[in-house]
Amino acid sequence: MRLYALGDTAWMVELPGLDDVVRRHAALTASRERGEADGVQDLVPAERTVLVRFDPRRISPAAVREWVVGTPPEDYAVRAEAEIELPVRYDGEDLDDVGRLTGLGRKGVVRAHSGTPWTVAFVGFAPGFGYLVGGDERLRVPRLPSPRIRVPAGAVALAGHYSAVYPRVSPGGWRLIGHTDADVWDLDADPPALLRPGVRVRFTPVDDR
Amino acid sequence: MSPRRLRVERTGPGVLVEDLGRIGWAQLGVTRSGAADLRSLRRANRLVGNAEGAAGLEILIGGLEVVATAHLVVAVTGATCPVRIDGRPVPREAVLDLPAGCRLSLGTAATGLRAYLAVRGGVDVPPVLGSRSFDTLAGLGPSPVAPGDVLPVGPATGPLAGERPRVDVVPVAGWTGPEDVVVLRAVPGPRVDWLTAGALDHLWGPGSGWRVSADADRVGLRLTGPVLARDEAHRQAELPSEGLVRGAVQVPPGGYPVLFLADHPVTGGYPVVAAVLDADVDLAAQLRPGQRMRFARAVVPRTIRRETSPVRPEEA
Repeated sequence: MRLYALGDTAWMVELPGLDDVVRRHAALTASRERGEADGVQDLVPAERTVLVRFDPRRISPAAVREWVVGTPPEDYAVRAEAEIELPVRYDGEDLDDVGRLTGLGRKGVVRAHSGTPWTVAFVGFAPGFGYLVGGDERLRVPRLPSPRIRVPAGAVALAGHYSAVYPRVSPGGWRLIGHTDADVWDLDADPPALLRPGVRVRFTPVDDR
Repeated sequence: MSPRRLRVERTGPGVLVEDLGRIGWAQLGVTRSGAADLRSLRRANRLVGNAEGAAGLEILIGGLEVVATAHLVVAVTGATCPVRIDGRPVPREAVLDLPAGCRLSLGTAATGLRAYLAVRGGVDVPPVLGSRSFDTLAGLGPSPVAPGDVLPVGPATGPLAGERPRVDVVPVAGWTGPEDVVVLRAVPGPRVDWLTAGALDHLWGPGSGWRVSADADRVGLRLTGPVLARDEAHRQAELPSEGLVRGAVQVPPGGYPVLFLADHPVTGGYPVVAAVLDADVDLAAQLRPGQRMRFARAVVPRTIRRETSPVRPEEA
């Protein structure tokens, strides 16, 4: 584990891999829920890092550092959150391309994507945009060479070893394989994000007629 | 007594409701947002006897006109907009009485970019995820203020409830002129070792630094000037996305740095080579396109022990 200062309001905690990020983030979250490290305001897990943002008027950078270093990571399984099913119409604009790139063909991609459950590793890019991991290894595809200006809300996409659902209309460079009508970002829901770190997701194909 | 409200008659280039931001939602992809110049909003709130986190108006350049529906106590801080009540000049950075039916108007700022209007009781629009800030990147929070809006004002609470604020005016440091080089103190960032030696000289050297480009908003400032080149080992390197803060200085492939402000994305995929100290991000939020700035290398203040110096990453 390495700590880098990000100005005077955050530490960037660099870890060997995504598993370490998930376990470390779960441990820090649980500690804060117990009321520890008052003054720490936000934890931002990403692929290899956890950003710990704090209010330097309420807690010193040194105290935050000691808290991070002194909080042992949790078991991956401990924070297994809800399991949800997302119905998907596999009709994405890039489905043929993904079939070619992976050698699986359209039907193979659908089977692979819906055949293995995914887990939300972290959320970034936009409110409620969960990065899902743990799916079928054969689905790794590069991002589009140039991003789309407009990806519709609910688009189900692939990039690298991740899958995601676009929560709202936005630009985006991931490859679109389908769409879901499920509301993955709903301000009236508590919590507003359906895809939170730790949530397990099973995609289920619905007829595309 | 009529309800305490501000009726908006004119907005100029842009007026937003902002408070200190949306805290604790970053792990769901929601950025902090909040006033771009937090210090000026806090000061305006203190002047009128509010808690520092009360929502106020962030006014780009000037041009706001509001009418009070009942007697209100207000203050204007930040960018140097001339302030008038019913046409009569009144001071900035001061406690102002705005009688019922009277019009508060802001002219065009001579220096600085964002003025803040606080009203005793706070702008009482419904909060979204615990904050009344508008996040321009995610489109989250109260809609931008438009002519015809009637903004509710909350009840005066806190230690001064029922009393007059105890100061009339606050002294503030003078503003830099349009040709001055604004110096922003910054700490070397996690990926500063991606840069060439020449780029590091540009980053920390005493040269003339950068100019703020026209590509500048609440998300961040794109800077033009010396290109920050990546070294041989990192020229083609891909960085997995990592968390950002306001003040983070990111270097996209083109080499022109981006200094992030309040509505920065939660994560970014380009190397962060420096991060501006929180107090100086407030100064950055007042820079206008075309203005000159440079970075001065700083260490995280004394609360960090010597062995945790941020200059070198640390094994733990």
